Amino acid sequence: MRLPRLDRRELAAIYAGGVLGALARVELAELAPHGAASWPWATFAANMAGALLLGYFVTRLQERLPPSSYRRPLLGTGLCGALTTFAAVQLELFEMFDSGQLGLAVGYAAATLAGGFVCVHVATAAVRRTRLVR
Amino acid sequence: MNAAVWIAVAMLGGVGALARFLFDAALAERAAGPFPVGTLAVNLSGAAALGLLAGAALHGATLTIVAGGGLGSYTTFSTWMFESQRLGEAGRATLLWLNVGLSLLAGLAALTLGHWLGAVL
Repeated sequence: MRLPRLDRRELAAIYAGGVLGALARVELAELAPHGAASWPWATFAANMAGALLLGYFVTRLQERLPPSSYRRPLLGTGLCGALTTFAAVQLELFEMFDSGQLGLAVGYAAATLAGGFVCVHVATAAVRRTRLVR
Repeated sequence: MNAAVWIAVAMLGGVGALARFLFDAALAERAAGPFPVGTLAVNLSGAAALGLLAGAALHGATLTIVAGGGLGSYTTFSTWMFESQRLGEAGRATLLWLNVGLSLLAGLAALTLGHWLGAVL
C-alpha cells in the first residue's frame, strides 16, 4: 500500500491530539465504570462531546477561518478522533446482547447514532449562523 | 490509573490516532469516491481487534492501555458521524444510510468474530 506524502508537523499534531483525546476518554471511563446491564455513560458522553466538537472545528476551519495546516490534524483527526470511539460502542453492544439486555442494546445504539448525528448537525448550524470573519 | 499506565495510554493514544490517519489516507488514495471507505475500514478492523482482546479475556492495566489507549483512539465515532452528516447534506441519502447501517452491523459482526477467535486461540 502506497502511503501519502507525509508532513512531519501534521503527524506531530495528530499524535498530540491523539494523546489528549485518549487520556480524556480513559479518565472518563475510570470515573464512570459500568457493567453489561447499565448505560455506558462514559463512552456515550465522550462520543457526544467529540461529535459536537468535530462538527464545530471542521465547519469553522473549512468555512470560517483562513487555511491552517495543523489545526484540523490536531483538533479533528487527533483530539476528536481519539476522544470518540467506535470499538468500545461495539463491545458494549456485544456485552449487552450477550447478557440478554436486548432493549438496552437497541436503545443505546439508537441513542448513540441519533445523538451523534444531531451533535454534528447542531454544531455545524451554530458555526454557520455566525458571520464570516476574515 | 498509576503513572506508568497513564503514560502508556497517552503514548498509544497518539499512535492509534496516527495509525488511523495513515490507514485512512492510504485507502482514500486508492478508493476516491463519496463513500468514506477509509473510516469504515479503520472502524471495522479496530472492532475486530477489540473483540479479539476481549475474547482472550485481557483485563486490568493491559486492557486499559491497549484497548482504551490504542484501539479507542484508533477507531472513531466522531468522524463516522461527521461524514454521515455531510453525506446527508450533499443529498446522498442512500450513502448516508449505507454508511450508518453498514458500520453498525458489520462492526458488531467484526467484533463478534474477533471475540470468537480470541476465545478459541
